[in-house]
Amino acid sequence: MSAAVTAREAGLVACTRCTRVWPMGTERCGRCGKPLVSRDTHSLSRVWAWWVAGLMCYFPANLYPMLRTQVLFTVSEDTIVGGAIELALHGAPFVALIILVASVAIPIGKFAAIAWLAISVRRGSAATPHARHRLYEIVEYIGRWSMIDVFVVAILTALVQLNLAASIKPGPAALAFALSVIFTMLSAQSFDPRLIWDRADDDDDMGDRA
Amino acid sequence: MPRIDIARADPAELIACPQCDALYRAKMPAHGERAVCARCHTVLIAPRKRAGMIIIALSAASLVLVLGAVWFPFLKISRQGFVNEATLLDAALSFTGGPLLVLSLAVTALIVLVPLARAILTIYVLGPLVFDRPAPPGALRLFALAEALRPWSMAEIFALGCAVALVKVADLANLSFGPAFWMFAALVFLTVIHDRWMCRWSVWEALEHGYTARQRKVPA
Repeated sequence: MSAAVTAREAGLVACTRCTRVWPMGTERCGRCGKPLVSRDTHSLSRVWAWWVAGLMCYFPANLYPMLRTQVLFTVSEDTIVGGAIELALHGAPFVALIILVASVAIPIGKFAAIAWLAISVRRGSAATPHARHRLYEIVEYIGRWSMIDVFVVAILTALVQLNLAASIKPGPAALAFALSVIFTMLSAQSFDPRLIWDRADDDDDMGDRA
Repeated sequence: MPRIDIARADPAELIACPQCDALYRAKMPAHGERAVCARCHTVLIAPRKRAGMIIIALSAASLVLVLGAVWFPFLKISRQGFVNEATLLDAALSFTGGPLLVLSLAVTALIVLVPLARAILTIYVLGPLVFDRPAPPGALRLFALAEALRPWSMAEIFALGCAVALVKVADLANLSFGPAFWMFAALVFLTVIHDRWMCRWSVWEALEHGYTARQRKVPA
């Protein structure tokens, strides 16, 4: 592991999209056109900006109703958590669990994970870079799955239109939740994972000297 | 000193790990083998035999499935004599009126337009390469676009959403899956296989140097 030379140490800059390597100072990747930066110094500001935007949308997403269900003449409004509890009580605990994991556990876990990664890049961390990199990969992979609840609302709205017998309409939380998912995806994409490993090298060097 | 050695090499022969910036001399592994970053274990190169042809076949199949899924109903509902069927477009355009219209457009893009665009771009970019023709105009930029769209292609998430919706209204009405649901289920598998066969580095190299040029260079 210590044998690895980074592109920056070799006086080169790498394209993170197509992995092509260019001399330091090249502005744009000559192959895929992506702007080149050896380390994205603005990365963390963008991560935090999207993170805050995502969090601001996450609160209304939980407070306002996601679905308005009308059966005959009674209308009921369900928030995300309320809907999941109702499902669990009506004998579908497994589906309730999917919803709770996708709409509550994953988003909150994502907010915490991204914040921790961004802070640990600045301040260092006891966790190994392997563990942090793994966490970053998981966050990037799993983020999109939170969209499932928005799709469920879209499907139900399109499907359950049976005049008086039953009808379902989306609530304002659907939009807030979709925005929250999109913003946190952008936040995770803004993070430059190379920063995790740079810090690790500094720590290694210190260890060697001691 | 390997450090100076690798710094003096022609940058075109090097590969840098996109996740941790570790630098390597690029060497095409044998078919079925994978070159993995020694530091962060990111897969860098993973060529497979006839991958180009298989990816094109998979993209063509996805194209047909998405287009089919747009027109056929994916769920059918009945309650007290009322029957309703929903197609993908119904679902995508279900948020009508006011600010929710934005959501309609976003959902349409995520489940229909982005998967379609990715399939078309892949066929356009890889098609000529597989048949030993020069890369089509704009191929590099368009492949970059297809890569950028990857996380926003959410057809497989929509398929799971159908299953959740089915259970959610099970006690409200009778629901059954339509043909489009099975198309989406198949699409989930196609997407997974597609990602397993796609070696991005090989595609970038092929687009830059031509498909055969690089392969002849390999044994040396």
